[in-house]
Amino acid sequence: MNAGRASGDRLERFAVTPARKRRDSTARAVMLGATIIALIPLVLIVYYLLRKGLGSWSSSFFTTDPTGNTFFKSSSIGGIKSAILGTIEIVALASAMAIPVGLGVAVWLVEYGKDSRLAQAVRFFVDVLTGVPSILFGLFIYIVLIVGTGSSYAGYKGSLALALLMLPVVTRATEVILQLVPGALREAALALGAPRWRVILRVVLPTALPGMITGVLLAVARAAGETAPLLFTAAATLKTNFNLGQFMNSLPVQIYSDVTSPTTAVVNRAWGAALALVAMILLLNVIARLISRRSRLA
Amino acid sequence: MEAASISGGERRVLLRSPLARLPDQALRYGLTALAVLILALIVYFFIRLVGEAGPAFAKFGVFGFAFGNNWNVSAEHFGALPLLVGTLITSALALLIGVPVAVATAVYATELCPRRLRGPLTVLVELLAAVPSVVYGLWGIFFLAPKLQPAEQWLADRLSFIPFIGGGVVTIPNYFITGLVLAIMILPIVSAISREVMATVPSDQKEAALGLGATRWEMIRMAVLPYCRSGIVGGSMLGLGRAIGETIAVTILIGDAPQLGSHLFGQGYSLAASIANEFGEAQGLHRSALFAAGLVLFVLTLLVNGIARALVLRAARAGSAQADAGAGGGGGGGQRIAETVAGA
Repeated sequence: MNAGRASGDRLERFAVTPARKRRDSTARAVMLGATIIALIPLVLIVYYLLRKGLGSWSSSFFTTDPTGNTFFKSSSIGGIKSAILGTIEIVALASAMAIPVGLGVAVWLVEYGKDSRLAQAVRFFVDVLTGVPSILFGLFIYIVLIVGTGSSYAGYKGSLALALLMLPVVTRATEVILQLVPGALREAALALGAPRWRVILRVVLPTALPGMITGVLLAVARAAGETAPLLFTAAATLKTNFNLGQFMNSLPVQIYSDVTSPTTAVVNRAWGAALALVAMILLLNVIARLISRRSRLA
Repeated sequence: MEAASISGGERRVLLRSPLARLPDQALRYGLTALAVLILALIVYFFIRLVGEAGPAFAKFGVFGFAFGNNWNVSAEHFGALPLLVGTLITSALALLIGVPVAVATAVYATELCPRRLRGPLTVLVELLAAVPSVVYGLWGIFFLAPKLQPAEQWLADRLSFIPFIGGGVVTIPNYFITGLVLAIMILPIVSAISREVMATVPSDQKEAALGLGATRWEMIRMAVLPYCRSGIVGGSMLGLGRAIGETIAVTILIGDAPQLGSHLFGQGYSLAASIANEFGEAQGLHRSALFAAGLVLFVLTLLVNGIARALVLRAARAGSAQADAGAGGGGGGGQRIAETVAGA
């Protein structure tokens, strides 16, 4: 009897008292509140982008080049054709350079380097590259290709800066996916007598393909939104240009130069361009996520 | 005897001719060369950057440049203290505002919210990372800053007794608004890494806490948060690295005034902003000074990212070690975190 009551007392001390309950529900409310606060900026940004951006969209907005940033020509400031085409050209060339190299390094890390000293050093330096501020890639290309050669800005130089930015992202994302390919698959192919390079090309890469495409698309989306590396490499121009050896306009640079304008119409053009840019990037993100669903790894 | 000779013969069949082995060698050494190329690239970059920054460092000295409080383009005098301070203040603000919200979001998404909401919530927070820097700048300067200015002025007036924080006139571009927008920008990466680290907490540890009678919050506080501490700190440092290197949004929002702001709600400058803003017209010593500012920025981000990665890796390793010990196999935690670090 006595013993029973004593243990009951002891249990009472562990009961959920009103104070503990209150603390629990307060903490839950705070977490929920913080989550809502985190989502408010997203809602506001999307709302203002749509409101201001859609207002400046028209059919001529996408089919005309921007005219100068001048104060007087506010009635005919033109559209963003050269900026859209420039972004597509620059990012396409950057992808063409960064994806094969990044993929190659990732394959080397997983299939050959593994945990060797050199591989660890390469991994470390790839991580270092991930953390380098994007404007420094622009400075680097400026030093090497503009100071170094004495020539001027060009689209392909902007592409190179973006490629440097994409390289570590592509490498790390694809490396993680390649590591998920089961070792048994490789061993089975090797045991059947396939040489190493065929195992990589015919077994490892196809298995990892959906996941790799996701990583690559996210890297492309990130590069498409970058302004800083393009400022001193591809610069800005108004005219549509299909020659990557010349000055080239791009959406982020166009927005950046329009933000500082005192003319309302030019600022509205920046909103329209921003909406177009965000739409492009979101599209890439959505495609990336849809493809990642098809991956059988992970 | 016979058996041995047969197997010997088969082995000869399996042996490839030197010609057939060629693609293998080519692939192997080609890829190795690529990997070494990356190493060489960074070293070359660093050397060239130091070379270009040389004249500025020679004229003002490394410390005189980094901590001199005078950035005067027309007088050709370059001390980067106002830039350095602007970078540090805005990044610190970003952490102060962004990290609590990001961690709370991660806790809510992993432990509290209904299972069905988890996916959409994660995607929504990650969408913040998809918005380009220049769009944050555009939105910040034309929407957020004007809308918040009265509130900032009210706050500055109430806090006028604290030096460097309150008092003075609130300008539309200022340190505070820059820090606030940076906080929004680092939120997705800090939240994503916190979420991944929280996912590595062994569920028996959490169930043990609940089984002993802990409330949900007590379980989070005692079983989840201590376990994730180094991962969360590492994620925050990665966010700090992002904030320090952020260029375009800061250039638009900080005001680009090349002196120390008198208070938190005044205009200032940052390392990255000075480069973006002045490099186009810079010549001679000025350009060298901007390269030097870039070098300071580079070293700063290297330090911060180095510490961050060490912490995140340690957390990931601890997570997968626990998973191995507990369930036998696993180790997916570390890999997922690595992927998050790369992708975000």
